Amino acid sequence: MSTPMVSTPMVRMRGVDKHFGDLHVLRSIDLDVAPREVVVVIGPSGSGKSTLCRTINRLEPIDAGEIRVDGEPLPEEGPQLAQLRADVGMVFQSFNLFGHLSVLDNVMLAPLKVRRVAKATARAEAMTLLERVGIADKADRFPAQLSGGQQQRAAIARSLAMHPKLMLFDEPTSALDPEMVNEVLEVMTSLAADGMTMVVVTHEMGFARRAADRVVFMDAGQIVEEAPPAEFFDATRSERARSFLSNVLAH
Amino acid sequence: MTAVIENLDPLLRALGTTALILVVSAAGSLVLGVLVTVARVSPIPVLRGAAWAYVQVFVNIPLLALLLLAVFALPDAGLLMPLLTTVIVVLVVYEAAYVAEAVRSGINTVAPGQVEAARALGLRLSQTLRYVVVPQAVRAVVQPLGNVMIALLMNTALAATVGVVELTSAVNKVNLVEAQPIPIFTAAGLTYMALALAIGLGAGRIEKKVAIHR
Repeated sequence: MSTPMVSTPMVRMRGVDKHFGDLHVLRSIDLDVAPREVVVVIGPSGSGKSTLCRTINRLEPIDAGEIRVDGEPLPEEGPQLAQLRADVGMVFQSFNLFGHLSVLDNVMLAPLKVRRVAKATARAEAMTLLERVGIADKADRFPAQLSGGQQQRAAIARSLAMHPKLMLFDEPTSALDPEMVNEVLEVMTSLAADGMTMVVVTHEMGFARRAADRVVFMDAGQIVEEAPPAEFFDATRSERARSFLSNVLAH
Repeated sequence: MTAVIENLDPLLRALGTTALILVVSAAGSLVLGVLVTVARVSPIPVLRGAAWAYVQVFVNIPLLALLLLAVFALPDAGLLMPLLTTVIVVLVVYEAAYVAEAVRSGINTVAPGQVEAARALGLRLSQTLRYVVVPQAVRAVVQPLGNVMIALLMNTALAATVGVVELTSAVNKVNLVEAQPIPIFTAAGLTYMALALAIGLGAGRIEKKVAIHR
């Protein structure tokens, strides 16, 4: 009898509940993300998709349920959690580059201070990453001197410098001017193609269709529907997802 | 003016003492003030409370009272320090409360996203404060810190009341002999003014250099 290879899911959420005061933002969420899988989370604003993304590295603590990352339950706030976060990259809507540091120093900070990498190594690797996201020529600039798209690519490079096993994207293109959305999506698409495990909260339906292995649709704190992109977009099962898509895609 | 020129030697020595008090107290209060601020934003309630109390105590007690208390009470408590050291310690402790207030207002200018990004990268709380929050907070309050340092300069004159021969004490002594209060005290006043201007201009320069463009 052959035993099937069962790999530990990179993310495993079971019965996750969260409230903001009276607002029930996450209602018994169950979600698995396999290694190398790209899961795109979509849904109307206020549906809890951003919160879901932020609970995975415990930027938002949860009220009930369990979250495991690579088999390990999320630890309490402290050094162990910091260690786990070092392995989980996160890209924010508002970039959040460190304003007092050059782009290069932004990318090098965590490898130097968290991983204790030698400076020359960190610098070489940071330059390689900046090259990869196409902004090596901006290495010595400060974040405010870059366009939004360049800042977000720098932020992606900053996360990648930690060699994360999982990347979380919390609406990475929502704060960008339309002409800059694509340069960021291209970087993300190439990451996905390289086999990075990704959870992406976005409104970019084109990206979901192109790069996702699975689309998760959320509404009112619940996962309403999940399916591979072709199935989700072309044979939407739930009424709520259909009405959301018709609103989004009508324009 | 001859009164000043004839006594230039002791006056310059006294000015040196003023500069020494200023520089050492400035460095000390900046370091202590930042530490108090860090305690004030730390997640440990006892530390937060202590830092809050620290600031309240030293902002609300007149420096002169503190100085007299230290000069007379510390030896009583068995802690015997040279007068100059006592004055510097008191100034450090006192001005640190004002530095802490300034830096705390700077911390409020650091966007929460900066802290989130640092935490998401795996930086521990102490590293987040040290490499991300404090550097940005201090950059935002260079000018207010310059003003605290100018106030510190003026406060060094209180050392005269407890017997340290710094600039104010020295000009007072010269005046007792020469009885020419107007030129003597004008010269002292102009000297303080020049120092204060230098601090202000220096702060302006530093601010321009380290400002975070947003």
